[in-house]
Amino acid sequence: MIGVTRTILAKDLLLELRTKESVPAMTLFTLTVYVLFHFGLDRDSLDGELAAGVLWVTLLLAAVIGVARLFATEREEGGIDALLLAPVDRTALFLAKASGLFLFLVAVEIVAVPAFDLLLLGPGLGGTMPELLPVLLLGNLGIAAVGALVAALAAETRARELIVPLLLLPLLVPVLIACAQATEPLLRQDQGPEDLGRWLGLLTLYDVVFVLLSVAVFDYLLED
Amino acid sequence: MAAIELDGLERRYGERVALAGVTARVEAGQTLAVLGGNGAGKTTLLRVLAGLLRPHAGAARVLDAKLPDERWKLPGRVGYLGHEPLLYRELSGRENLHYHARLHGVAVRRVPELLAVIGMDRRADDPVRELSRGMVQRLAVARAVLHEPDLLLLDEPRANLDPAAAELLEPLIGRASGRTRVLVSHDVSGTLAESDVVLRLKQGRPAAEDEDLYR
Amino acid sequence: MYSKGFKPLAAASVVSLATALSLVFFYAPLDADQGFVQKIFYVHVPMAIVALGGFVAGGIFGIRHLRSGDPSWDLRSYVAIHLSIILGVGVLATGAIWAKASWGHWWVWDEPVLVSFLVVFLLYCVYYPLRFSIEDPERQARYSSVFAITAGVFVPLNFAAVRMAESFTHPRVLSQTGGSLPGEMRLTFLVSLLAMALLFVTLWKLELTAKHAAMQLKKLRRRLDARVAA
Repeated sequence: MIGVTRTILAKDLLLELRTKESVPAMTLFTLTVYVLFHFGLDRDSLDGELAAGVLWVTLLLAAVIGVARLFATEREEGGIDALLLAPVDRTALFLAKASGLFLFLVAVEIVAVPAFDLLLLGPGLGGTMPELLPVLLLGNLGIAAVGALVAALAAETRARELIVPLLLLPLLVPVLIACAQATEPLLRQDQGPEDLGRWLGLLTLYDVVFVLLSVAVFDYLLED
Repeated sequence: MAAIELDGLERRYGERVALAGVTARVEAGQTLAVLGGNGAGKTTLLRVLAGLLRPHAGAARVLDAKLPDERWKLPGRVGYLGHEPLLYRELSGRENLHYHARLHGVAVRRVPELLAVIGMDRRADDPVRELSRGMVQRLAVARAVLHEPDLLLLDEPRANLDPAAAELLEPLIGRASGRTRVLVSHDVSGTLAESDVVLRLKQGRPAAEDEDLYR
Repeated sequence: MYSKGFKPLAAASVVSLATALSLVFFYAPLDADQGFVQKIFYVHVPMAIVALGGFVAGGIFGIRHLRSGDPSWDLRSYVAIHLSIILGVGVLATGAIWAKASWGHWWVWDEPVLVSFLVVFLLYCVYYPLRFSIEDPERQARYSSVFAITAGVFVPLNFAAVRMAESFTHPRVLSQTGGSLPGEMRLTFLVSLLAMALLFVTLWKLELTAKHAAMQLKKLRRRLDARVAA
């Protein structure tokens, strides 16, 4: 199954490289939203809770864009049929899509986090990266797992573009809570991690539960 | 044991009947022609035989798999050529076939061989969206037979093909291939000429020989 | 097929509801701080607990539907979620009334149960558009079950996360839900909870039976039409 997951993931990454559909759009979106927040909050710099909130809400909204496009090519070009006709474990499709989304989020964050530092963050990221990194990675994992599941759930509905954000965002509230709470002390004027373990623990629990759930349930979304 | 055995096959779409009372027997190597007007259920039947749709009632056995319980036996043994080519438009023909080869566990060196047979080796590296419909159809056929399936399910296989191209593909999907085939086409006389068993469908049900299928 | 034991259930509901109401109005003591309005607590909290239970039950029925393929489990899941959403509106409304009475605002973020309930409610509201935008009935049922299971798993996780967050930003005000209840209040609360639960199950069975009958009627009518046409 790892081999098949790799095959599907490689195909998706190749397609993204050629079409450049998702990652540039998601990245541009986060930058635009930072500008919106600047005007909306009428602030030049943010720190602490406000900074953490703006950073994570923006990332979640960008994730919605990525999730909405996740099964687009499969739907338009019959990729699901091809997979169902092949002697492969269908869970590989979920793993490949979730991994793809994870990598897209990482790619977006490579630009979005420094951009946030540049545009809106008062104290500056400085030496907080070692603590920020696990938060980003565990958060991305949760978003990727739930995102792939929601993308599959919404794939067959007529009102796809509406259903994805309405479904995805409430489900990601625990991720938002954990990530914002974990990040907040890192972005304060007097920076330093606080209770990082507690929030990473919540994220890990969430990630484990939703990865297992999605893997268990995904097959039923593909069969007919 | 017959390659395909259907007895009273039924498939519903909610309350609407897509297929009902479909009965047929096809021996290995034979060709089944499925004739009918639009909406007669031809595509639905092909999808059931491919294992993509579950029958709701009736008995059905495809290759040695009892449907619906043994549907899992089918993937990899059926070559399906439907309306959609099942090719990614942004990837090249070669990349598409590589992808399918890996999914089916077929050696990747089969791909250049097959590309040569279908006469696509020169344009194999152009993205599918740049190819003519005839070329796309040729690639679709290649995709369908890449894994040496035991059963071919062909929905208008010669659509968009000029006679030369159709001839190239004969050994792959024609009678000469020796494979069990289910053939759907609007070219009634041509189809009948290369078939052993005929199934006529009207609104999902078998139609009598003299019944007009297209009214 | 769904109405087994309906009469005794309905009777039990009526009895417990009457008991609960009389306890609330005549037995439970008047709260020193909040006065009469505090009594809405006996509606608000049982409603929330039963609604959350209904959501989780919807998820369990969803699991049974996926494993068996039997559409009757999907119907049970749908009705449970449907009723819980309606109860959910009641929870939010009574919660707002209580908040206004206790803290002077129509909404407060201090109560983690209420806040996490809002998130859950928003999630479950998507059940209808998701369900009814899928045309194939079998697929509609399957996807709804997947949703029910996902959302059902989400409920406790979300509650834990919100609770963790609130305890940091707003030190827990000793609320009636968390603190221990004096004897008379506890009895009244438990009877109210029982009454609400029985009422839910009664309505659930009622709606199941009604929907089932409507479906049978439609099927018969269709068969009749087909016979007349032939």
